[in-house]
Amino acid sequence: MKQKLNLLAERFNKRSRDSINGALWLSPSFLGVAMFYIVPFFVIVYYSMIDNPIRRNFVFFDNFINLFGNRAFQEAASNTIKFSIVAVPLAVTLSLLIALMLEARIPLKSYFRTFFLSPLMVPVASVVLIWQVLFHPNGAINEFIMIFGASGIDWMQSEYSQFVVIILFLWKNLGFNMILFMAALSNIPREILETADVEGAGPIRKLFYIKLRYLSPTLLFVTILSLINSFKVFREVYLLTGDYPYGELYMLQHFMNNIFRSLDYQRLAAAAVVMTIAMVIIIATLFIVENRFGRDVEE
Amino acid sequence: MRKRYFGRTGLFILSAFFAFCFLLPTVLTISNSFMTQSEIDANYGMIFESTRPGVGTYVSDSVTLKFIPDRVSFSQYITVLFRSPEYILKFWNSVILVIPIVVLQVGIASFAAYSFTRYQGRLKNFLFFFYIVLMLMPYQVTIVPNYLVADWLDILGTRWAVIFPGAFAPFSVFLLTKFMRRIPSVLIEAAKLDGANEWQIFTRVCIPQCRSALYSIAILVFIDYWNMVELPIILLDNADMQPLSVFLSTINSGEAGVAFAVAVIYMIPPLLLFLHGEEALVEGITHSGSVKG
Repeated sequence: MKQKLNLLAERFNKRSRDSINGALWLSPSFLGVAMFYIVPFFVIVYYSMIDNPIRRNFVFFDNFINLFGNRAFQEAASNTIKFSIVAVPLAVTLSLLIALMLEARIPLKSYFRTFFLSPLMVPVASVVLIWQVLFHPNGAINEFIMIFGASGIDWMQSEYSQFVVIILFLWKNLGFNMILFMAALSNIPREILETADVEGAGPIRKLFYIKLRYLSPTLLFVTILSLINSFKVFREVYLLTGDYPYGELYMLQHFMNNIFRSLDYQRLAAAAVVMTIAMVIIIATLFIVENRFGRDVEE
Repeated sequence: MRKRYFGRTGLFILSAFFAFCFLLPTVLTISNSFMTQSEIDANYGMIFESTRPGVGTYVSDSVTLKFIPDRVSFSQYITVLFRSPEYILKFWNSVILVIPIVVLQVGIASFAAYSFTRYQGRLKNFLFFFYIVLMLMPYQVTIVPNYLVADWLDILGTRWAVIFPGAFAPFSVFLLTKFMRRIPSVLIEAAKLDGANEWQIFTRVCIPQCRSALYSIAILVFIDYWNMVELPIILLDNADMQPLSVFLSTINSGEAGVAFAVAVIYMIPPLLLFLHGEEALVEGITHSGSVKG
């Protein structure tokens, strides 16, 4: 009996010691995060429910109702969703394709890898200069198109503008994703692939039945990274087109930026809260999906 | 056999084509930086409308992409380096904003990653998920809290307003935790048996095991903040303190030639880091899965 109690006490001690230790190691980071992100976020939630910072009357959901009724917000939200829905899957599949392509034994492979990674280093503002040269109505791409007799396109002022930004986004992000996929591909146990070869599975079968299953944690990671980066593309759009771009390119981030300038704290707070909730839902969904389908191959 | 050979050639051509497209903007930036302003005007005058009235430079009515300058000229570089100290000043601004952010963020993250690796529980898992969500938040959301705190602490408009949020950004914590969790637990158990305390396990086992990971994360954080635009625009209202990444965007329209030269100079630090650390960067990611570390 006494022995059992001792054992229990020991286990309890170990557990509490562990949690104290864990908290200690985490504290430098967590205190900073709490101070710069969490505490002010609660203040923002509070701001989103009052009528103005001086009178401080509780209005609960009025700010949110106003926000959802706002035409600019609706447009910005739908544009952002449209962009991410097209850009993120493209970024994931194309980078996977490039990784698979470089998996084959082709000459100059390591140089190609470097080239694909090179966009990471180029400063945004100089990228924007080049994009202007390429996609201006009199720019290089139109010159090229006109050789074939087609008429030029006003890229930035038409429905093609999102296409231009998607190209920019892919250019910037494919390299990093590609590296993650290459790493994951090289970690697939050789024996399994060899067994598949012996049993006569073709490359497509191998891709869908073996490689993709092993890649699923990486797929999730790359999807998350691409999603983050699809929100960051605002930087390029902003430098390309300024505060009020062509309709299709007016993103949520423009909306936030513009209300930041007007110092409309209530709308800003409400928009921040809505975006936070949306992001939490998206990320949680991704994690649940990964848990469902990726479990059987994880180490 | 024959078919296989053609398949490989096809793949090679395809890869080469993609690689060329990826390299094109960088090559154009570099080659354009060696052109004189008048050559830039002649090639892209239509776009940047940078022809000064009265000077009478020739402007073609179409854009010509040119990879090789008519005459290699260092005039843009001379302007940037010797005639206008503001570029050097802004470059220095970038350095003193980014270096502290990288050092602090990676340093703080290594403790947090150790905590997430060694001690797991329901609360820890929730916190880790919270860090991921925070990491995913677009700047336009997190900048609102950052702005409020900077205002409370009365550091708005000083460099600390940018450095602090950067130092505590969760990106490094997330990535480093992923790396640290792959350290074989045998190593840690062995250290424990040898009587190592937590601090010794951290400094003698975890950090050495993560060296390439730390290096690659530092490079990623550096590149990310080297290009920052949103944070300094809102948190530093003083134009003299803005980093070159922000300032670059303001010289675009006026003097395209100088802008190309500044862009190339600005590219040098990340380029050197990348060329020196590419193997570490790629290896850090690649070997993170293997047991050998």
